[in-house]
Amino acid sequence: MTPEASKKFLVFAPLTVFLLMSVFFYFALQMRENRAVDELTSVLVDKPFPDFQLPGLHNDFHTQAELAQGQVTLVNVWGSWCPSCRDEHPYLTQLVEQGVPLVGMNYKDTPEAALDWLDYFGDIYAYHIQDRDGRLGLNLGVYGAPETFIVDKQGIIRYKRVGVVNERVWESEMKQVYLQYGGLINE
Amino acid sequence: MNNLVKNFLSLVLVLLALIATAKVFAIGEIYDFSSTELLERYEELTKELRCPKCQNQNLSDSVSEISDDLRREIHLMLEQGQTDQQIKDFLVARYGTFVLYNPPAAGSTLWVWLVPVFFALAGSFLVWRVLLQAKQRPIIAEGDEEDLL
Repeated sequence: MTPEASKKFLVFAPLTVFLLMSVFFYFALQMRENRAVDELTSVLVDKPFPDFQLPGLHNDFHTQAELAQGQVTLVNVWGSWCPSCRDEHPYLTQLVEQGVPLVGMNYKDTPEAALDWLDYFGDIYAYHIQDRDGRLGLNLGVYGAPETFIVDKQGIIRYKRVGVVNERVWESEMKQVYLQYGGLINE
Repeated sequence: MNNLVKNFLSLVLVLLALIATAKVFAIGEIYDFSSTELLERYEELTKELRCPKCQNQNLSDSVSEISDDLRREIHLMLEQGQTDQQIKDFLVARYGTFVLYNPPAAGSTLWVWLVPVFFALAGSFLVWRVLLQAKQRPIIAEGDEEDLL
């Protein structure tokens, strides 16, 4: 390089570095948002549903073994305190009407409030698992409600949804997983 | 004058009281530990672990329900005699490496640890070269800088 050319190059060096860094940080920021959610949702996928022995909401009692009895099941984490659970209730009702087995996990709630809620909105669930102190939720990596798991015929978690289940999420992601593991839908 | 001192002192007292209450509220619930060593480890762990829900708070700062549960669990595991590593593994198995503010130096987070080392080495090399050149170069008068480039 001639002295002149190299001087010109030096003038542009800071700008080049600045532009490169801008591009890098732009993509890093974009990636981060998705990665945080992915990382939180993926850990328990392909692991067995954690062991539990817990009361239901109707003087009943349930264990992990019931989730491994040859049916692909949706396990829906809900609470009467959770506003978004009301939002997804109509769509979950549609899925139940199509023959999708749905089990409720009543998370950090009281049985009284939960039963009132079910009276009002409708108990569409096959049964409920009462996780009053959030211990099962902790073993499931739950950090809010609603969350919905797809559990396969052997009781292995195959999918986890954080947030509301609606038509878009079901059609674009969940239905595929549900059918892939042998879940049945009445058309 | 006396009044002024009095006013000032009462202001200091009010401020001190505010600081004290802030500390009490921040903790949420208080656990009893069988030894101060366990309490220290509890404080260390809840500072180092991240709340899965709030995403930019550690467990000791967060008031979310899930952080309450995780603190309760950490307290229990410490009293059961589990090691810090066992407690971290327990949480990572459920919430992923996301809960660790210190990412592991392996796999996809390895570069987070390596890149600063690379830049430190590259920077020292540059400084060393610049210093070396400056030493070898004779001192020149202003206006002659062009000869350097």
